[in-house]
Amino acid sequence: MDYKAIIAKYRDTTGGILEAFNAVQKELSYLPEEVIAEAARIFNIPAAEAYGVATFYSMYSVEARGKNVIRICESAPCHIAGADEVIAALERELGILMGESTVDGLFALEFTECVGQCQATPVITINGEPFFDVTAAKVPGILAKFQK
Amino acid sequence: MAEEMRIVLRNYGKIDPLEINDYIALDGYKALEKAKAMEQALLIADVKKANLRGRGGAGFNCGQKWSFAYQAQADQKYVICNADEGEPGTYKDRLIMENDPHTLIEGMAICAYAIGATKGYIYLRGEYPFLVSTLNAAIEQASKKGFLDKFSIEVRSGAGAYVCGEETALIESIEGKRGEPRFKPPYPPAEGLWGKPTIVNNVETFANIPVIVDKGGEWYASIGAPSYPGTKVFTLTGDINNRTFFEVPTNTTIYELIYKFGGGIPAGKKFKAVQIGGTSGAFIPTELLKTPVAFDAMSEIGATTGSGAVLVLDETRDIVDVVTRIAGFFEHESCGKCAPCREGTARTHELMHKLNEGFGSSEDLELLDRLGRVMSISCLCGLGQAAPAPVLSTIKHFNADYYAKLV
Repeated sequence: MDYKAIIAKYRDTTGGILEAFNAVQKELSYLPEEVIAEAARIFNIPAAEAYGVATFYSMYSVEARGKNVIRICESAPCHIAGADEVIAALERELGILMGESTVDGLFALEFTECVGQCQATPVITINGEPFFDVTAAKVPGILAKFQK
Repeated sequence: MAEEMRIVLRNYGKIDPLEINDYIALDGYKALEKAKAMEQALLIADVKKANLRGRGGAGFNCGQKWSFAYQAQADQKYVICNADEGEPGTYKDRLIMENDPHTLIEGMAICAYAIGATKGYIYLRGEYPFLVSTLNAAIEQASKKGFLDKFSIEVRSGAGAYVCGEETALIESIEGKRGEPRFKPPYPPAEGLWGKPTIVNNVETFANIPVIVDKGGEWYASIGAPSYPGTKVFTLTGDINNRTFFEVPTNTTIYELIYKFGGGIPAGKKFKAVQIGGTSGAFIPTELLKTPVAFDAMSEIGATTGSGAVLVLDETRDIVDVVTRIAGFFEHESCGKCAPCREGTARTHELMHKLNEGFGSSEDLELLDRLGRVMSISCLCGLGQAAPAPVLSTIKHFNADYYAKLV
């Protein structure tokens, strides 16, 4: 769907810029400049303010990134459960470092803080979907689901 | 020894969360009916009598908060549910929303009636996108059954900001702004969302309300510790045999949580420390484990009940390393509005990193301690004020671990 049409859906939602950004990101994986400008216009706020919102929240990216966003929890419970090994496995498997995207545009690798699934640490999420008790051995299988 | 007691999780596993009739069959929405037959002031008086204190971490008297919003004169009032559960190691609110969304909706509807609000919001953290449809389905069902006749609820999603758990930052976020905390006063019950009187309560707080209304404030006040009555949901993580959740009366001790409910430390290792209340909580040593988990008892030992996260570390853990990771968390999550927090969290992380790598001196340790004390009294909101707690408590209780790493 066209980003203008997505943003327009939230026109009458007071303070709905976050909802609009969330919806756009679902489609585009990030917030290009024209999306921020359009949102500023629709919600009648200065572009600087819209940009301020886009750069405040950690789930938003104003730079292009891979379609499937992998986020690895690095909060204390995951940290002591061995998140480091999962990070190493993901970097190895995808051939990129944390904070980077694969050249085919399929994956982005990011840190996150706690995602609230601490019964099964370490945890990663891909496009918001959590994966539990992740080990280095489980990583290729998890990625395969998104490699189609 | 205390037993588990389920109030907010009373329907856990017993009902289909997407089937309102299951909830109704277990007396759901009867409390709302009862509440609506009461005078607003009397209803609030009963919640006050229950002495229910906010379960998000601050521990403010819920009924008292409601009475401020009730007394405020305005053409519009709001009820907000704080579902921005971001405290690391915490997932209690997700458990409630995932398994029993109607208890939250009923609690919010009772609050709306009590203070005279017609519009409500559930501010759901961005990390729980899969709960949006559950909540919306539950709201629609409740609405169709006529339970939300004078009150509408909208779900709003965050986008990853720990600070939005702070109620005024959360309000800013719903207004479509950066989630930076406001200066207080005015407090939200006087001037909140779009400047109107607003109640912001945690998911767990709201989930208590139907039961309190049903059984009465006096009944609730008799459970657990008198100054912080009722139950609290704790989520156990780290080096613990039962890595799961428990809802227990508030006079349960930390020792019971770890050894009775948690089943102790795995692989025959010894206990080293426990951090309670989330990542901003203090680390507690063995000699203080007999402390009850209630708010005031925890305050007395310089700790918090907080969100109910329980992170257990065994004897093999490097506590300075864990606290360094935590210091990194706060540097990342500081919103940057006030200097003591923006600069303080960055310098704290820098000093912790230096100490953890073995390059720190005793002067660094002293500086870290002083910086933490300054932050705890000078930061604008709870984030910055609580951020030094893990550092200060470990310097106090686990000094040897720091000294072992000094140059």
